[in-house]
This record gives sequence, structure tokens and C-alpha cells, in this order.
Amino acid sequence: MKDKSDLTATEGFEEIEHTADWAYRVWGKSLEALFIQAAKGLYHLAGARLSDRPETIREIRLQGIDSESLLIAWLNELLHLHESENLGCDRIEILQLDERNLQATVTGLPVQQWLKDIKAATYHNLAIRSTETGFEATIVLDV
Amino acid sequence: MITKQDFRRINDYIWEIPTSFHPQMKVPVWVFADEELLEDALGDLSITQAVNVACLPGLVGHVAIMPDVHQGYGMPIGGVMASLVPGGIISPGAVGYDINCGVRVLASPIDYQSAKPYLSDLASTLYRNCPSGVGEKGSIPLTTEELDNVCRKGARWALEHGYALEEDLPRTEEFGCLEGADPSKASKRAKERGRGQLGTLGAGNHFLEVDVIEEIYDREAAEIMGLQEGCLALQIHCGSRGFGHQICTDYVQDFQWAVINYGIQLPDRELVCAPIDSTEGQAYLAAMKAAANYAFANRQTLAYHARRSFKEIFGSQAGENPLRQVYDIAHNMAKIEKHRIEGKDMTVCVHRKGATRAFGPGFAGLPSEYRPIGQPVLVPGSMGTESWILLGTNTNEELSFGSTCHGAGRVMSRHKAKREIRGDLLRQELENEGISVRAGSMPGLAEEAPKAYKDVSRVVEAVSKAGIAHKVARLHPIAVVKG
Repeated sequence: MKDKSDLTATEGFEEIEHTADWAYRVWGKSLEALFIQAAKGLYHLAGARLSDRPETIREIRLQGIDSESLLIAWLNELLHLHESENLGCDRIEILQLDERNLQATVTGLPVQQWLKDIKAATYHNLAIRSTETGFEATIVLDV
Repeated sequence: MITKQDFRRINDYIWEIPTSFHPQMKVPVWVFADEELLEDALGDLSITQAVNVACLPGLVGHVAIMPDVHQGYGMPIGGVMASLVPGGIISPGAVGYDINCGVRVLASPIDYQSAKPYLSDLASTLYRNCPSGVGEKGSIPLTTEELDNVCRKGARWALEHGYALEEDLPRTEEFGCLEGADPSKASKRAKERGRGQLGTLGAGNHFLEVDVIEEIYDREAAEIMGLQEGCLALQIHCGSRGFGHQICTDYVQDFQWAVINYGIQLPDRELVCAPIDSTEGQAYLAAMKAAANYAFANRQTLAYHARRSFKEIFGSQAGENPLRQVYDIAHNMAKIEKHRIEGKDMTVCVHRKGATRAFGPGFAGLPSEYRPIGQPVLVPGSMGTESWILLGTNTNEELSFGSTCHGAGRVMSRHKAKREIRGDLLRQELENEGISVRAGSMPGLAEEAPKAYKDVSRVVEAVSKAGIAHKVARLHPIAVVKG
């Protein structure tokens, strides 16, 4: 991600119909790219707008039983960063991602606008699938 | 793909998917609905999700699906399941992220005609006094120790701190406090989220609404409940805020390991569960109760702010108590209850997600004045449409584990509602119909438009005809406050 305008771009994720909550499909060439697109989609759906400064750098380390559990833990971690510190991620660098561990460095900026209360990212029908061009997943958010 | 042909019609209002439908189903699914509502339910993945629930281990009876059902995550919203205690499971996803989301109704002696000139001011005052909206903090910041007290005491904590009247507590499900809550089972992160949010409404479908009691269907019961035709009532719909959301998030994540450890096969990972008598199951139950008590205290605190608002607007006309509590009920909760199921007395963990407990006359957990009539059930409609006050029945025990519907139920996605409806125009339409609207977000308002929901009166007719609730009064909205 080069700048915060990337956070509201639609490339790599799309909102899909869900009766009561929110669902979106994300895709990327690698698992790392998929995780970054999932973060972008989350901020887009929340209607997040970030200030220019000050920047805050945070290290995120998560453990899970597989890639899906890491993806949900990752999104819930970003929701927590917003709620606890009012931070939205401007730049994300994924340093390590395997089936059990995620390590990332995120550069956060204060959230100026956050339109939607998202309770959590859920596991509902979640599966990260391999595609011809990389990976994709559909995520349901409880709102 | 499930179609109407997959159902066996038990009667005009109960439809069954037998266990023969899917080899993994442990119990059948019963849908309470008329034919049209059944077709609505088939319009999204609600029934597929109900079949998934019926595949969970340790369930007894059947999975009961209410007519206001809609697609959720894991368990559909409007679902009830009962698992055997001991031996069965408990599932955080089958309770939901907003633990003890629920509704409180208070009745006012002020009549609509006298109130009419002040409704706009009343809506503004409620909006100002009752914090709402995304990220809004409450007026009662808590230390961690005080938060623990809220978790243990629920509505009683609010009484001890001057936010409740003694008479409110008996008119609250479980008297506003679930026994066995253990705040030490909630994470540090959950407590961080919970400390600043007590006394807040939140956003999404949560609301405060002033109504006029438009029609009474059971005069004797209405009199006992203090409902007078033509007078005002107030509804509060909210839950345990970030505290409950975080507890569910934490346990859904922890239980991913538990299902591996206990060898539980799941049709959907959001239905993750653990044996109820396991360390993990008991920890979740104790944390869930802490969140439930937080929610009781939260609605109680909002009731205090609503009373304050009524006094500000109506002065002495409001009297000593301008809003008497009718009842407060949960619609996202797991509870250990005794039920007669298939002719046998059983102890079960009843999970209600988007469904309301609705016990009938004689239930000992009611205040003495309600014991002859049964437990009040509060069914909010969509914004701009009617709401209902019902009573539980004794016939619903074997039908739905003493449960009934919780609202209107969505039929249109939020995405579509936002595309098709403009919040500002909707607000104008509602104002033209005499409904004062105060909302923090116009797109948020659009998502909650009446068009996005089923006809609540049709839902109520279905539960009434199915014998799982009894009509008492219909309310019409006159002021709505949304986050």
C-alpha cells in the first residue's frame, strides 16, 4: 500500500449480498496479498477515512490452527486497533505467514471517520481456496 | 438447495425438515411460519444454516426456527437449539456476538394527544441523553473492578448506583442478573472494550423508540402490564456492546482448538462448540453470563436516561415515574433450563439467537403479578412500522423449548437497501408520517428501512396461530433514535 487512498480502492475485494450482515470476497496472488486485500476490504466497508499523521507503528503477532483462523484473527486484530487506539492501517508489511503464525508490521494513522460498527469477522463458511491466479476467500462480518 | 418440497407440513404454521434430509442431521428442523413466510425463509440461506445446526452433536428435540428468521452466520437469526446437559455442547456462535442483545419496554401514563406537540423535542432530548452511534463512549466510565461488579450483579449494580428503581428488577428476565457469571473468564481486551461503553446504545439495528399503544388485544393482561390504549411506551433495543462482542470473538477463536481436541465434526466453523461440561464450555458459559449481566445493566442505564429525558420534556405532567418498566428480555442467549421434550423431562442448554424466551402462566421466575398471565414478550417491528407486546404460552414448551420470535426479520440485504434507499429521503418520509427521527448516520438509517424487513404483524400472526405466543398489544412508532 503506497498511501491511504489505496485503502478505499476496490481492487482485490468486492461486497456481496448477505441478508443481515456484510459479506465480501477477497482475492490476491499470494496469501500475503489476500490478507492485505481483506484488510483493505474491511476498511472500505467500515467507511474508514484516516488522518495524515501522526504515524504509529505496531507489530502484530498472531497464532492460529490454520490460514483461515489467522485470517479471522488478523481482521479482528485490526478492528481492535481501531476501537482501542483509534488507528487505521495505512501500510501493512507481512513479515511471516505460514499455517500457524502471522507476523506483520502495520503503520497506523488516526481514524478521522469510521461509519460502520463492525462487531467481528466470522468464520461463517470460510475457506481460503486456491485459484488459477492465487487465492480467494469470502468473509462474513457481523454488523 | 432446499425447496418447499423438502418440508413435511405438520400444520398450517409448523413445517418440518426430517433427519432423512441429510445424513449428518441429528434432529429435525421445525420452521414456524405461514406459507408466505416459509417462502421468504427460502429466499436466503437461513434454512441451510438451520440444517447445519441440526448436525451438531448432543442436540435433543428439534431445531426450532422462528418466522422472522433470516440468514446469519453459523446459526440463522431466529433459531433455537437445545443440547443435553450434561453430554451436549455449548456454542458461542449459536448465541451470537451481541450477547444478551434484547429489548426493554417501559409504559408511560402520558397520552399521545398531550405529548404530540413535544415529540420532536423529546426525540432530540433522548438522542442527546442516550449516547448512540459508532464508537460513542458512555457517561459512566468504569474501573476494571467496577466492571467486574457490573458483570456479577447486572441490573442490581444499576440499582445500587441509582440508575434503577427497585420495581424494575423483577420485571427483567432473570431479575436482571444471571447467577454464575465470572468476569475472570472474560479477556483483558474484552474488559478494555467494556469499561467505557456502559450506558450506550451502539449502532446498527439498535434503537430507542417512543410508541403510542395503538390497540389492545387482551385487556386483562394489558391492565396487569400497565398498558393503556392511547398512551406512550418506550422501547430500548441493544446489548452488551464491545464487551460481549469481544467475549464471543475470543471464544470462537479458542474453540477452534477445542473441536480438534474433542473430535467434533462441524458443518460450518462458525458453529464451533465444546462439550458443555468441559473446562472450555464452562468458561464460555461463565463469560457469557458476565456479558449478559453487562447488557442488563446497559439497558437499565439507558432506561434511566430515558426517564430523565421524559422528565425534562414533560415536567410534572410526567409524575414521579414517567416510565414504568413492562419487561426486559434477551434474544441472544444460552441458558440451562428444564424442559419436557418428547415426553421426557430433560435439562438442556437452550441457545436462542434472535429468539425470545416466552414462558407461559405459572412460571416461578416471574414477579407475582405476571405469574397468572405468563412472561411478556417484546417484538419490535422495523423502524416506521408497528411493534408488538405478546405473552408466552404453556403450549410452546414442547414446540419451541418455550421460545418465540424476536422481531420482523430482514428480507433485503444491507448492501441492496443502501443502493435502493436514501437515508435523508427515508427520514423525510418518516417525518411526514408523524415519526420524529434522530439518527447519527443516514446510510445507516437506509440500511434499517422498513422495506428491508418482513411484515412484523404477519410474523406475530404466525407465532400466535402456531401457539407459541399470545397477542396483548400493538404499538405504533412516533419517535425513533438510532446510532
